Amino acid sequence: MADVIEVGAARGDAPPPAASAARRGASAGRAGRATPYLFLAPYLVLFTVFGLLPILLGIWLSLHQWDFQLPNRPFVGLDNYKELFSSDSAVYGDWWQSVRATAIFTVLSVPLLVVIPLGLALLLNRSFPGRTFFRAVYFAPYVLGVAVIGLLWRFLLDANLGLVNRLLGVVGLPSDTPWVTDVPWAWISLVGVTVWWTSGFNAVIYLAGLQDIPQELYEAAKVDGASAWERFRHVTLPGLRPVLLFVLTTTILASANVFGQSFLITQGAPGTETRTVVWFVVEEGLRNNNAGRAAAMSIVFALMLAVVSLANFRLFRYRED
Amino acid sequence: MTTTPTRTPHVPATAPTRDGRPGTALRRTVLYAILVALTLVFLTPLVWMVITSLKTYDGAQRIPPTWLPDPISGYGYEQILDNSANPVLRWFLNSMLAATLHSLLVLVTASMAAYALARMRFRGRGVSFALIVGTLFIPPTSLIIPNFLIVDTLNWIDTLTVVVVPGAASAFGVFFLRQFFLSLPRELEEAAVLDGANQWQIFYRVVLPLSKPALATLAVLSFLTNWNDFLWPIFVLFSPEQLTLPPGLGLLQGSYVTDYPVIMAGAVLASVPVLILFVLAQRHIIQGVSRSGLKG
Repeated sequence: MADVIEVGAARGDAPPPAASAARRGASAGRAGRATPYLFLAPYLVLFTVFGLLPILLGIWLSLHQWDFQLPNRPFVGLDNYKELFSSDSAVYGDWWQSVRATAIFTVLSVPLLVVIPLGLALLLNRSFPGRTFFRAVYFAPYVLGVAVIGLLWRFLLDANLGLVNRLLGVVGLPSDTPWVTDVPWAWISLVGVTVWWTSGFNAVIYLAGLQDIPQELYEAAKVDGASAWERFRHVTLPGLRPVLLFVLTTTILASANVFGQSFLITQGAPGTETRTVVWFVVEEGLRNNNAGRAAAMSIVFALMLAVVSLANFRLFRYRED
Repeated sequence: MTTTPTRTPHVPATAPTRDGRPGTALRRTVLYAILVALTLVFLTPLVWMVITSLKTYDGAQRIPPTWLPDPISGYGYEQILDNSANPVLRWFLNSMLAATLHSLLVLVTASMAAYALARMRFRGRGVSFALIVGTLFIPPTSLIIPNFLIVDTLNWIDTLTVVVVPGAASAFGVFFLRQFFLSLPRELEEAAVLDGANQWQIFYRVVLPLSKPALATLAVLSFLTNWNDFLWPIFVLFSPEQLTLPPGLGLLQGSYVTDYPVIMAGAVLASVPVLILFVLAQRHIIQGVSRSGLKG
């Protein structure tokens, strides 16, 4: 390192060698034609086998009746797709119930996960002693895995032994709510837990965006006599637009891919009403050995999400114009 | 912020912030009250987890629940530490090993690939980068079924490899490090060329040492992701002695149902390493998360 810096310093004094160095730098890069590929190779092997191949294999699987247990895996064309859309097929009811569950969870959770973290970020975007501490505290639940928070909240929300009903009882509210076994309570639980778990994550992303908004804009707005609300509306929100779009898009994707919360907290209850798409797909593919049908469901679901994301981008860009 | 009155256009533009003004004692009290209330919301569940893990079975069954364990008991921990049906310590070691190896694998493969993509010119660079970035938009959950078939063909089911390797195909690390390498000044690398260094030496002796903060961030995030992964391991690990902690906790819940001290002791065991890592590497984690947002 030290010699390198020395050479660099010497070079600064003598411009002509610098030019030749740049040229030689380029030629050194080309010297080993294989070098770039050798650098890429280890990752590319992983990426090809576990990133690209599964995409193609997924499409191929979806065109077959594929059972891990059976030797015969006949080509069935688009049958796996058709049965998802024909109301007389065996899978239709369960599939659309899982889509409905996922949609309910997404529609309920996304607005809260966009707005509440923004509030937290605005609160933390001030200078006060302890700021770093509070930011860490609000982020802390996010570093725990879904298995931990799932088990924890299953217990906290237990109708008899849980802390939640106990605290509600203390303040005089009904203390026998079946949080994890009946709707609409199960939805409130799943959404509430997710907000508690991941708000800190979105807040940190917002905070970075807020810190990128030039302070002068606020000062200028104040000089112009803008109220706090006007400054938020006309300085903060426009400045946050790219970050808002990012948070909205990633939160929709994350919520739509919900699995662990309903698997561990409501365990699908009541019945299979809170069983989500990801859960139903893996259950169908890996427990019921119907990989072809599961692959078709994955693809239809990924396309649905792509449409939502695109709509999202268009909407935001449109409003910008 | 939205409650700040606006009556001070005469404050110089160089004043630190509007919160630094005097006469804000009341507002500051309200601010701290809100901050503390939120702290209770975020931390009480975690404190309750620890409290419950120190109760006896009967202590945790009391209705209404008691705040403090009476007596303080090691029952939950004794149950999970000496348990042949649920070898929790083994799961802990498996998780530690898997997350460490996964994190190393990501660091090595992603940094090499990112360096080639950031600094070298070669045929196919544009296509490779576009493909890698393109997969960022595919929800990983939609690849689980075909990936299961692939690891099954490789005979990796129910081994440690299956939770270490496939996840390292994620495009995040390459994307993240490429952005960082692009931000480094080229001069040092060019000087190293003058010095007669080859590409490998430049990468290893110049670029990597300059990239320690980014590498640390990626290492910590990869460790956390792998340590917490739940969906993939519950379908590719079966034998009790092969499980990592997250699927293990699921099994524990299945065997102990309402024996909450035991279940919470398991949850505490799974939380402690990542909470320690969070405290030690908070800056890296927060920076990694905020940078991922700005790239979007």
